[in-house]
Amino acid sequence: MLGYTITQWVFGILSFLAIMFALMVVFSRNPVNSVLYLVLTFFCIAGHYLVLNAQFLAVVHIAVYAGAIMVLFLFVIMLMNLNQDTEPQKTTISKIIAGVIGGMLLLVLVGVLKGTEQIQLSQYGHSEIGLVKNLGNVLFKEFLFPFEIVSVLLLAALVGAIMIGKKEIK
Amino acid sequence: MAVFLFYKSLLCLAVFAVSLGIAAYSTWWERKFAGLLQDRWGPSRAGWWGLLQPLADGGKMLFKEEIIPNVSNKFLFVLAPGLFIVTAIMAGVLIPWAPDLVINGVSYPMQVADINVGVIFLLGVTSIGVYGIMIGGWSSNNKYSLLGAIRASAQMISYELAMGISLIALIIACGGTLSFREIVGMQDAGVANIVLQPLGFIIFFVCAMAETNRAPFDLAECETELVGGYHTEYSAFKLGLFLFAEYINMFVSSAVMAGFYFGGYNFPFSAELYHMMGLEPGSWMISMIGFIAYFTKTCIFISVFMWIRWTIPRFRYDQLMNLGWKTLLPLSLFNLLLTVVIEFFRGNLHF
Repeated sequence: MLGYTITQWVFGILSFLAIMFALMVVFSRNPVNSVLYLVLTFFCIAGHYLVLNAQFLAVVHIAVYAGAIMVLFLFVIMLMNLNQDTEPQKTTISKIIAGVIGGMLLLVLVGVLKGTEQIQLSQYGHSEIGLVKNLGNVLFKEFLFPFEIVSVLLLAALVGAIMIGKKEIK
Repeated sequence: MAVFLFYKSLLCLAVFAVSLGIAAYSTWWERKFAGLLQDRWGPSRAGWWGLLQPLADGGKMLFKEEIIPNVSNKFLFVLAPGLFIVTAIMAGVLIPWAPDLVINGVSYPMQVADINVGVIFLLGVTSIGVYGIMIGGWSSNNKYSLLGAIRASAQMISYELAMGISLIALIIACGGTLSFREIVGMQDAGVANIVLQPLGFIIFFVCAMAETNRAPFDLAECETELVGGYHTEYSAFKLGLFLFAEYINMFVSSAVMAGFYFGGYNFPFSAELYHMMGLEPGSWMISMIGFIAYFTKTCIFISVFMWIRWTIPRFRYDQLMNLGWKTLLPLSLFNLLLTVVIEFFRGNLHF
């Protein structure tokens, strides 16, 4: 089909949808709609993982991001009943400053990503790195120490959130 | 390739039709069962034993007036019931209904998709199932609907943790496979996983009941407090889809429990029975008997769900949260620890 393989077509369509939904997250006026577009973006990214033959990552991505974290986001937004009327109005200067800073961040990101083309992604020599068995072997053998450190970090964040959330500490 | 596509689409259609059929007749059986428990007849007018009652109900739902609240977000309001029923049916693709059928040396698994991370896929699908309820409750623009939706999501998030941890224990006991087909296949030696994971099964069962929003966990549509909960503003067939999806959820989770903990299509002395009948592995008779065994187990679980609904009164909201966080979560962690220790001493774990 037009000189592209099916994988390339799927990749192109998924990328287009992901970018479109990501833009809709920013541009939609209603916070609930933003959250729902973000969920759709996550589904597109999960599709990308499937194209890379990383079923485990794809399913975990949906279960954790779309299924747990975004439900919590939606939960909070519904509970606070945010809508256009309660949206704080910002001054023109702060809007301009935000635009400039965001543009600079974009520049930095593009600059960093420009140099990464030469790096070979298939470090392990086959495309089955995303399957749960290979992933487990890498995580629990080669990268065991960073993995455990990350779990401690998460625990610290959790305890911190509870400490901040509590009104008075006995 | 053409044969493969034809057989897969046939299987998809069969799973879809069976899910809907079972959901319809679950409503009939629920009322009949409630009648039995409360010493009355239940539906008895439409057809013999009231067997045409689901058709009559469906017809009524179709011809009722459809009301969409003026202030609601129309698109999301219409989308929500469809989303809910799609996510309910989606988990059905994982269920291996019968042993593989072999025709002319080609093996046909009786399962729509053998996903190698099936258990996690199941958790993912159940967790996105809450979007139908949340979107429906929010777009109704009604306080009661919103409260019902928020309750449903809080309940789902709370019980998913204990459910996931009890499933991890099951996976460890099954030798580390995440595929539904392999978990069911491992139980063909006659020992069902319920023997290895009794506590895990109880936790999973309670969580499944909470995830499907069944009484005594139906705080999301608690009539005494919230009118109709998240579907207060829904009418006609949209309401019907919400009610229908609840039964499909119940059917799928019953099938999952029968597969994970009670051997699925395996039953005690099945190998001896097949040998006595002189059946080769892969013949259609074995698939048929296996399917009947699995289906019977599923129906028994559906009945247990109903039995509990008509026996135990509804929880209060704080009781529900306490049960989830302070009882089931520590219990499931304890079960995980116990499983690891037992499996280590049985020599199944290597470090």
